[in-house]
Parts: sequence; structure tokens; C-alpha cells
Amino acid sequence: MRFLSSRRRHPLAGLVVLLFALTAVGGLYTALAPEQATADNAQTDMVEGGRQLFIVGCASCHGLAGQGVSTRQGANYGPSLVGVGAAAVDFQVGTGRMPMAKVDTQAPRKPPVYNEEETEALAAYVASLGPGPAIPDDEYLDISDVTDEELAEGGAFFRTNCTACHNSVGAGGALPDGRYAPPLTDVEAVHIYEAMLTGPQQMPVFSDEVLTPEDKRNVIAYIKKIESQPTYGGFGMGGIGPVADGVIAWVVGLGAMVIAAVWIAAHGVRVAKKDEGVQR
Amino acid sequence: MTDSPSTAGSTASTSTAPPRRNPAAGPVRWLDERLGLAGLAKKNLRKVFPDHWSFMLGEIALYSFVILLLTGVFLSLWFDPSMSEVAYDGVYAPLNGIEMSRAYESTLYISFEVRGGLLMRQIHHWAALLFMVAMTVHMLRVFFTGAYRKPRELNWTIGVGLFTVGLLAGFTGYSLPDDLLSGTGLRFVDGLIRSIPVVGVYLEFLVFGGEYPGDAIIPRLYIAHVLLIPGLLVGLISVHMLLLVFQKHTQWPGPGRTERNVVGYPILPVYAAKAGGFFFVVFGVTALLGGLFTINPIWNYGPYNPAEVTAGSQPDWYMGWVEGAVRIMPAWEFELFGLTWSMNVFIPAVLLLGLLTMVLAMYPFVERWVTKDEREHHLLQRPRDTPVRTALGVAGMTFYGLCWVGGGNDIIATQFRLDIYAITWFLRFAVFIGPVIAFIITKRICIALQRHDQERVLHGYETGVITRSVDGGYAERHAPIPQEEVYTLTSRDKVSVAAIESGTDENGVESPHRRSAQVHARASRFWHGDQVNPVTDDQLHDENHDSHAELESADDRFRGVSETGIPKDH
Amino acid sequence: MSDRMEPYDASASEVQPQDGRGMRGGAVPNPGLPEHQLRPTDVDEGLEKRAERQIAAMFGLATILTIGFCVAYYTVPEDSTIFGWSGLNFALGVTLGSALLLIGIGAIQWAKKLMDDHEIVEMRHPSVSSEEDRRVALAALSAGAAESGIGRRPLIRNSLLGALGVLGLPAVVALTDLGPIGDTSKVASTVWRRGMRVVNDVSGVPIRPEQVVQGQLINGEPAVLVPTGDEERDEELGVLHGAELLAEKAKAAVILVRMRPEEITATEGRENWDVDGIVCYSKICTHVGCPISLYEQTTHNVLCPCHQSTFDLANGAEVIFGPATRPLPQLQLGLDDEGYLIAMGDFEAVVGASYPTMRQS
Repeated sequence: MRFLSSRRRHPLAGLVVLLFALTAVGGLYTALAPEQATADNAQTDMVEGGRQLFIVGCASCHGLAGQGVSTRQGANYGPSLVGVGAAAVDFQVGTGRMPMAKVDTQAPRKPPVYNEEETEALAAYVASLGPGPAIPDDEYLDISDVTDEELAEGGAFFRTNCTACHNSVGAGGALPDGRYAPPLTDVEAVHIYEAMLTGPQQMPVFSDEVLTPEDKRNVIAYIKKIESQPTYGGFGMGGIGPVADGVIAWVVGLGAMVIAAVWIAAHGVRVAKKDEGVQR
Repeated sequence: MTDSPSTAGSTASTSTAPPRRNPAAGPVRWLDERLGLAGLAKKNLRKVFPDHWSFMLGEIALYSFVILLLTGVFLSLWFDPSMSEVAYDGVYAPLNGIEMSRAYESTLYISFEVRGGLLMRQIHHWAALLFMVAMTVHMLRVFFTGAYRKPRELNWTIGVGLFTVGLLAGFTGYSLPDDLLSGTGLRFVDGLIRSIPVVGVYLEFLVFGGEYPGDAIIPRLYIAHVLLIPGLLVGLISVHMLLLVFQKHTQWPGPGRTERNVVGYPILPVYAAKAGGFFFVVFGVTALLGGLFTINPIWNYGPYNPAEVTAGSQPDWYMGWVEGAVRIMPAWEFELFGLTWSMNVFIPAVLLLGLLTMVLAMYPFVERWVTKDEREHHLLQRPRDTPVRTALGVAGMTFYGLCWVGGGNDIIATQFRLDIYAITWFLRFAVFIGPVIAFIITKRICIALQRHDQERVLHGYETGVITRSVDGGYAERHAPIPQEEVYTLTSRDKVSVAAIESGTDENGVESPHRRSAQVHARASRFWHGDQVNPVTDDQLHDENHDSHAELESADDRFRGVSETGIPKDH
Repeated sequence: MSDRMEPYDASASEVQPQDGRGMRGGAVPNPGLPEHQLRPTDVDEGLEKRAERQIAAMFGLATILTIGFCVAYYTVPEDSTIFGWSGLNFALGVTLGSALLLIGIGAIQWAKKLMDDHEIVEMRHPSVSSEEDRRVALAALSAGAAESGIGRRPLIRNSLLGALGVLGLPAVVALTDLGPIGDTSKVASTVWRRGMRVVNDVSGVPIRPEQVVQGQLINGEPAVLVPTGDEERDEELGVLHGAELLAEKAKAAVILVRMRPEEITATEGRENWDVDGIVCYSKICTHVGCPISLYEQTTHNVLCPCHQSTFDLANGAEVIFGPATRPLPQLQLGLDDEGYLIAMGDFEAVVGASYPTMRQS
């Protein structure tokens, strides 16, 4: 005890007490907090299972039958899901965009709330509401055997259709009213495909008849290639281009040289001894 | 350690070494017999340059230019400025088989198949950015310290010319690879040329050799970039340096420094070592940037295609303010005499750039008209000592800076999740209101700093020693500042406002210059009004001057002030 | 405060560095150059030697790094990577940059620590030459002018000025062939003709309305501007190449979007220019010509990435924000006998940036 009390005025004493208190409260909570209720999803019928999940997690914005909900002024609160297809659900729920945490102009990507099974069930239910784009086959998602020619063609499609919103390296871009085209890094191939196919939120649709499944696969291959290849020249600085270069030139380049200049002209250390050998 | 002390007023070194034959004597004689350079060398080898870090900013620009020349020569050995179409067949797989110009293909070749090629490309581009950065800060330094005053107005004008030509050098340079990003910039220039009143489209056809994009623009930009512009730059830089050497560098006021002398170090050896060393530092930093930071990864952008574009399209930083001005300009176009006048493009892109150059170039002459100061100036001024000039400079920087922000408004919107329209609307007003606010604030800060200096000179510095008087009042002791600092703070010019004369003589006859004299008087009051004049010698020693708890080591507990102004143990 | 500033004669002798007595207007006297102070390396020989060794070590290390550059150039493989960057670029950049930096730092250290650092005073000479020199120069000028007789012979002078002045013209005239300025009317028209199929850019596939879904965006081109990859086929179809291809593409690129017909407010006279709610507009921004592909499905606006001009495609592509002044030109769509989308003619307005003689085209 003397050890502690003799150090009660130590500069770090407050910090130690704080850490102890946090640990104690956290530990107590973990030990004593009630169990979360788990959803009962041991239904054999996937569509019915999806419906159950839908009613709990989605109906408040999208309506009990997925017919959509409007505000009193007639504006869209939650759009109708009739005809959006399983692909749309797989994309929105799989990337965590849905369920939306708060009502906003755009649903940001976040860790998914539902696991794969639940997502499949939801997708099956929504697909049952009306015909729509289906989850793509694995053959169009397998980019392991893409040839150089197909890769290059994918790049040409990408630069023609995608970079205007998402930027040359998929770093994302600005849209009006605080909306944005999100970055394409670390997105699963299936979700990229589904986004092109269903046109989530502001993104337009690229139907399979015009941009064929093979074309889509090549686009995905190009995106993955760009993402995985080395940033040859050094720090990529997020791939946002000349603005970042300007910042580095001013801060790092000029900064280093001004520091050098100040050092060069600095008076330097001096001693007290008198300088006898000088005539002025 | 050398053993040859220097003497005041001498410009040649006198060696006190034993009379041994100087090893350089032979070669020097050989050259002198043919070129007669000894006279020139005698005057210039020990020329004195004052030492201050802010004097080295122009050097950064000079050294960056040398780096650009060296790396540029390297690049020109492989670059092909032709716009003939080829199908790519090199090592970069994602572009295999894609149609592109030879210019783009040769740039890819330099980046991926010439060893060291990517490094040289990156050093070249970083050096270009740093060239413009250095010129900008150097120009600001010269502006805020008044170094452009007589006799250096012409050097300033040459400097403005260098700045503008540098802009062109950068633009022509980054357009050469014919990639999507710089090609989009070229498309913008196409629209810009079209907006020139009356002759727009004809000028467009002349510049591009026909319809945009044609196949002539890259070779033409290439010649401009490697021949015409560097030639111009070398010429202007040479004159700029010659004038600097001939007129000698300015210096900060201080003890021993006057308008008639230069105090510093001789070129040989100290300045040569410091300046030469700085060259290597600049080159080293630029080379490290080239090795560690990606710049202009053209393989990601793809070859130029007029139907493709990337989000976040910006020009290089030094064109950013023009880009911003174009973005925030409202839509304004009208018809007159059957012609279309596209002011929405012409004003921000063409007129503004021309205006900036004109204003900068004419500035020294305008200021001279206002202050009517015909004297030579070789001592610099602290920015606070010319409040209106400093405030004008800051206002100008604010305008430039806000336009610059406009140029990156989509990046700001993406990175900070703001509404891009809101940013644009804000800037539309801010570019007018911001400079005014900046002017007012800066001027007041300068005058406050001047008053602070005056306080310091008259009352000394605060020692932190509090005394209590007999009747209970508290006061802080001040100690006098060192004489050197007093001199530095007071050795500037006294200024006075030109009087507003009535303009008529005693017979009631109007002076022919009455109008301009009145305008001038108002300008002079705007310029010099509120300014604080330096403390004179008489004021310093005025015994009737009110002081609060000043002392001259009368109290034995306070032991006075050391030579360097630090109070001795209290 | 009524005294004007008098012109100051710089040549008047006055301020001396060490003079303690009065100056102009009672200014504080100049205390003279401060005494020179010694550095530790000036007094301590051990420190001096140490500084010498440090500087030599820096130069030595720079030498090693420079050789390292040469070694790396020949030995590091071109496809090597480090930290996710190109290994060769990194190696070359770091060795070269560090070597240069070390030489610089060494030289500066030498100057700061070891070279004599007494400040020297050098006198300036006034910028203006002596009265005598100016007088002689002026006299030489006058003598030259007088001897040439230019003052007495205005006819020669004026005709010479005329001849020299006009010499500026050939310099300008000789540049006329920089570009075919007689052909500028070409910018007002594109390759689009009645019956030309609209195809998807890059792939070149023609489009049927059934293939276009609500909210879809297609980046389209006329068929003659998309090379098929097969030279013979290109020849057959009349596909353009090279500079001609790019010039036409810069005017003819289009975007097609599908909206619900009730969402579209057609411009007067263009009510039937869409096919089942599929409208076609020029992709080239009317501000300065950047291509626009940023289509927002729910607002049916397109945003140009260059300067943020925004057009409402449901409302005749009117400008709703930004510096553009004209709406995007529209292309009338129709169907050919096989059911593919075709153009019914050229655009109804000039494509791309405005130019002064636009109205006359």
C-alpha cells in the first residue's frame, strides 16, 4: 500500500487511475450484460426466412411488402424493391450499405449486418416480389485466366464508362449535394458486377445486353489489376493526382529546402573566447 | 581554418603565407594571356554576398532549372513527340494492343523499359513543380521586403517574365506524354482559344493545325518546350543573375550595415561552398522525391481519347488558380454584332492570367508613383514597416489562394464529404470579400507590430521582475535592449504623407497638374497613413519622456544587462 | 506632416559604418559591425579534427552511394518491388538522392565549421554613372545622330521606319499555313447522318431499345468511329483512323440514357426525338469540351468533371449549374428496319465549346 500511496502525486497517477476505472467498468459490463436476443432463422423455406428478416430489418423504410414508403410530401423515403432483383439485394446488404444506419442522401459502405446465409435469404425474398437481375454466375467472376487482350479491353471499357465518376485508379469522385462515387478498392468481384448490373442509388445501370457479362468480367479484371499492381513510382498518395503532388511539393519539397536554407545561414554555436586575430 | 584575415573595404584577399609560388599561377597566366580575365576575376572572386536564409529561395529556382535541363536532356533521348497511332506492344500488360500515339508509347517505354527512366521522369516533373514553388516564394520574399525598389525594378520585371514563361514551360511539358489527364487539359485550352473574341476558332485552327486534336499539337508543344522556352529562360535567367551580381544583393538592416555597403561572406570560398552545397541539397531532395513519391503515373490514365475523362481532373498546381477561377465563374455569354462573346471562359482563363502578369510587372512603378521615392534602396524593409504594401500582398495572396482552392473543389468535396456546389458558391463570394478582409486585418497587424517595436525601443524589454512602490502600486521593470537592436529597429526611413495642396496659386490660377496631384495626395495618404515612424536619437534620450519603472541598474538586487541583452541573474 | 520626400542623392557622402555621430533627422547612430565570435572548431583542435573527419566521412559515404547507384542499375531486376513500389526506381532514387544530399551537407558543414567566417564589408558603387561619363555618352549619341544626318533627312528616316515597320507582316503572314483557317466551318458539323447506327463505345455493338433498362447509361459512338480490330472489316465499314478518327470522336461522342417517358420534358419541336424514353445527347460539354459521363440516375443530371457544369437530361439538357452557357446538343433517335437505334440526322446545335462565329455556322 505504501508503494501506491507514496506515489499518489506522481504525474502519471491520474492516468493509471483512469485506465483502471475503464478496465473495471468494461469488465463488469461484459460479465453482467444480458445476452443479446438472437433471431430465429432456422426456417427451411429460404424465401419465408428472408421475409421474416425483411419485416424486422427492412420494412420500416421499404414497406411490409417491399412496395416502398413515401414521405407526406410525396418524396421517396424508402424505394420500392419490386423488380430490383436478387443482385441488388446481394450488393446492398453484402456491402453493408443496407440497412442504412441513418437517413441520408447516400448509403455509405460499412461492415455488413447480415451474414451470407441471411443475405441469401433476403435476396431470395426480394427476388420473389418481382423479376429482376439475378446474382451473377461464378464463371463471370473468375478473373484468374483473363488474357492480356481481355484485360486491355476491360481497361478501355473502364476508362470510357467508369473513370468519369470513380477516377482512373478507382479512388472515387465527387457528385453534387454531398454525394460521391465511392472508391473501388477492396470490393469483391461479385459486388462490382452487381453494382454495374443494378445501378445502386445514383449509379446508372449497365445492362448485360449492352455491357455483356464477358465485358463486365474484363472490367473487374482491370480494376483488380490496377489495385494489385505496384505503385511503381513510390507513394501513391491515394491516386488523386496533381492536387496531392502540389501538396507534397510545397510541404515536403519546399519544407526540406527551407529547413536546409535556415541551417545554412544560421549563426551557429559560438564560444566566449575573444577573437584576437582580427582587424576590421 | 584559413590564416588570412580580411580587411574592411578590401575586395581582394591578401595572403600572408610565405612567398611560395601559387600553384594556380601557371593556368591563370595561360588563360589571361588569351582572354584577359584577370581584371574581371580580381573584382569578382571575393565579391561579398549577405547571408540570410530567405535569400536562398531564388537559388532553389535556379538549381531546379539546372536539374530540369539535365533530366530533360535524358528524357529527350527516348521521347518521340509524334502523334502517329500505334498499337501498344510493350511490357505494361493492361494497355496491350490499345491504340495510342507514339508520344504516349515512348513515355511508357521510358517509364518501364529504360532503366532509370521512371526516376528521371519523376525527378523532372518534381523539379518542375519545385521550380514554380521556388519562384513563387522568392517573388513573395522580394515583394514583402521591398527588394524590387530602385535600382532593381527591371530585375523584378524580368522575374515576372520568368514566372510567366515558367508557367508555359510546365504546361507544355506535362502535355507532351499525350495521356488522358493532360489531354483533357489540352481540350480545355482548345475551348479557351475558342473563347478569344472574334478570332477564336481561326486561332484554334492555327494552333492545332486544323480541327482539334489533329496531329500537330504535340510536336509543336515539344519544340516550344525543349527549344523556345528553355532558350528564353536561359536568356532571362542570365540577365537576372548579371543584374544581381552587378547591383549586388540587398541586405537586412543591422549594425554595421548601411545603404552604401554590403556585409557578408566572399564568394570564394564560403559562399561558393554554401551555394554549391545547397545545389547538391536541392538536387538530392528532388532525386529522393523522384525515388519515393509517384508523380504523373500516366499508365493509369491511359492514352488520350476525346471521349474519355477521369474524375478529379486537375492541371499541375501552378495552373490550379486559373482552373479554380474557371470553375467558379458564373455562366456568362452574350451575342453582339452577330458574334458570340464567351466571357465565362475568356475572363477567368485568358484575361485573369494576363491581368496578373501586368499587375505584377507594373507594381514597382506604381508604388514609386505613390511614394515619390526616387532614392536607391539597398536595405530591405521588414514587412511590418510598410503596412499597406504588406496588406496588399496578403490580399493578393488571398485571392490567389481562394482561386487555388476552387481548382481542387471536387477533391475537397470528396475527401471532406462536402457539397461541391456549396463550395463553388462560397468561393464565388469569398474571392471578392476575402481579400478585403485580409487587407484590413493584415494592415492592423502590421501597425500593431510597429507600435510594439516602438515600445521596445523606448521602454526596453520586459524583465519579469515586478516591483512594488512605496504607495503600493505594482510595476514591471524594463531593461534597455542592446544598442544593435535599437539601431536595427530604427534605421528605417521616416515617411510622410504628401499634402493635399489647394492646387491654385496666390493669383487664383489653377495648376495644370491639379487633378493628378490631388489623386496622388489621396494615394499617398492611403499608403502612408497610420504608419509609425521610427524613433529618433533625441526621443531615445529625452529625459522628460514618461517611463514606467525604467531603470539603469540603480537597484543592487538587479544586476543589469549583459552585452547580449540577457539580464544577469535576477 | 507636410514635407514631401526630397529626392535623395545617393552619392552624397554620409553614413560611415563606425561613425557614432548624428545622421539625417536625428536617427540613432550606427553601432558598427558586431564583434566577430569564434566557433568551437576555431578554438578546440580536437573538435576541428572531428569536424574534418565527419565531413570526409560524408563525402566518402556519398561516393559509396554513387557507386551503389551504378551497381543497382545493372543488378536490380526491372520487375522487382519493395513496399509495393518499383524496386529499381526506389534503389536508384535513394542512392542518387542520398549521395547528392550528403555532398551538399558536407560542403555546407565545411563552410560553416571550418572555413573562415569573418564577415567582410564591401562598398557599393552608386548605380548611376558619373556626371562626366553620362555627358560623354550623351555627346557620343548626339555625334552619331548628327553624323548620320538622320535629323536633317526626315524623308530617309520616315521611309526607313515605314519599311522596317512593315517587316513585321511577313513574320505573321508566313504562319498562315499553321492551320487550314478556311475550313473552320467543319467544327459546326459531325459525322452523324440519318440512318447511322448508334453503337456502344469500345465494343461497337449496335443497340436495341429492349436491351436498354430504366436508369441505364450508354456511352455511344457512330459506327464509323469504333474500329472493329479487323482491318478489312474496318475498310468495308468506312471506319476512320488516326487523327481524323480522334477529331470526329471529339465531336460525335454521345450519351444515351433511358428514363420513364413521363419524366421527360421535351423541348419544343423535339417531342419525338426519343425512343421509348431513351434520349441521346452530345457527350461533349458546351463549356470547353470535356466529355461528360457522370450521370446520376435519380436526378437525371450529368456533371462535367472539369468545371462542374451540370445539365438536366430530362429537361432538354438545360444547364442547371456551372459555367456552361448552352444546353447539350440533342441527337434525334429512330429505329432502322432491324430494330436498332439510329440517328435521324446531325445534332441540332454546335457541339462543344462556343466560339465567336458560331451563330453564322
